[in-house]
Amino acid sequence: MTHYLEPSRIPIFQIGDCLLLTIQVDLEDRMIMTLKDDLAERIAKSHAKGVLIDISALDVVDSFIGRMLANISAIARILDASTVIVGMRPAVAITLVELGMSLQGVRTALDVDRGMELIRRDTSEEAGRLHEA
Amino acid sequence: MRPEQGRPTRGGTDRESDGADAAGEVIPIHTGADVSRVRRVATAAMATIGASKIETTRMVTAASELARNTLEHGGGGEMRIAIVGRMSKRKVEMTFIDQGPGIPDIHRALTDGYSTGGGLGLGLSGAKRLCKEFEIKSAPGEGTIVKVASWTERP
Ligand SMILES: Nc1ncnc2c1ncn2[C@@H]1O[C@H](COP(=O)(O)OP(=O)(O)OP(=O)(O)O)[C@@H](O)[C@H]1O
Ligand SMILES: [Mg+2]
Repeated sequence: MTHYLEPSRIPIFQIGDCLLLTIQVDLEDRMIMTLKDDLAERIAKSHAKGVLIDISALDVVDSFIGRMLANISAIARILDASTVIVGMRPAVAITLVELGMSLQGVRTALDVDRGMELIRRDTSEEAGRLHEA
Repeated sequence: MRPEQGRPTRGGTDRESDGADAAGEVIPIHTGADVSRVRRVATAAMATIGASKIETTRMVTAASELARNTLEHGGGGEMRIAIVGRMSKRKVEMTFIDQGPGIPDIHRALTDGYSTGGGLGLGLSGAKRLCKEFEIKSAPGEGTIVKVASWTERP
């Protein structure tokens, strides 16, 4: 497991071909913008196949953060990695729906283990397809 | 009204002290860090009235949307927050005030998906859905005031 840490940045850990990051504090807008750039670079450099974003510590996800999570998923997809958001609190899920944000195109899982499982399944399906072709 | 104390706003460590007394505070909104501060103060106020988790999340999410509008569309301003009412019904009131350009067509601004700034256009309409009370006053050249409230009732 390697990691990378700078002040006021969210650390990104690597486990196998999966990147894992945990959002622990109330995010300032500037920080999530930095995260987007950092993550894109890390995916390209590490050839990661999956990105797990743990938001279990977040008690609020507003439209700005919601949009950033969707953006991150979209960027990762173009870089050939799938993103799974894990650990969303029930109150956050309810509020997002009431806000009118469906987070389309963003995959979610209840916890990190299940998120990993989703990514593993993706990667092996893809490997299967390549093998057939 | 208690004057602002200009505490550092980063991280979550001052979460408790930040909201020890959220009643009658004025929070200036001029930076992204101020928007975070608004969320923390709103969270503390909802805890003070004993609001449920879901109700707190609704109100803090609305506060975040409105504070960001004050910053981005209103050119900055402030939030006033107060706890009013007696034991049986305690209410958190938040008022977002700016002297920005104002909103020419409030009805349109409250429509899901309407945005003049390339956003999703869900902030204002979403905040209205999330709060028990929602009031907006705005006119071109006269700034914008949005007041929201939530409360808890005890028998
Ligand atoms: N304080 C304000 N001053 C001036 N105009 C405002 C203000 N608040 C909202 N508006 C106007 O109302 C529109 C709708 O606001 P709303 O918050 O719903 O969407 P948005 O901020 O554009 O995008 P989003 O919040 O989804 O990122 C804004 O695009 C803006 O034109
Ligand atoms: Mg908005």
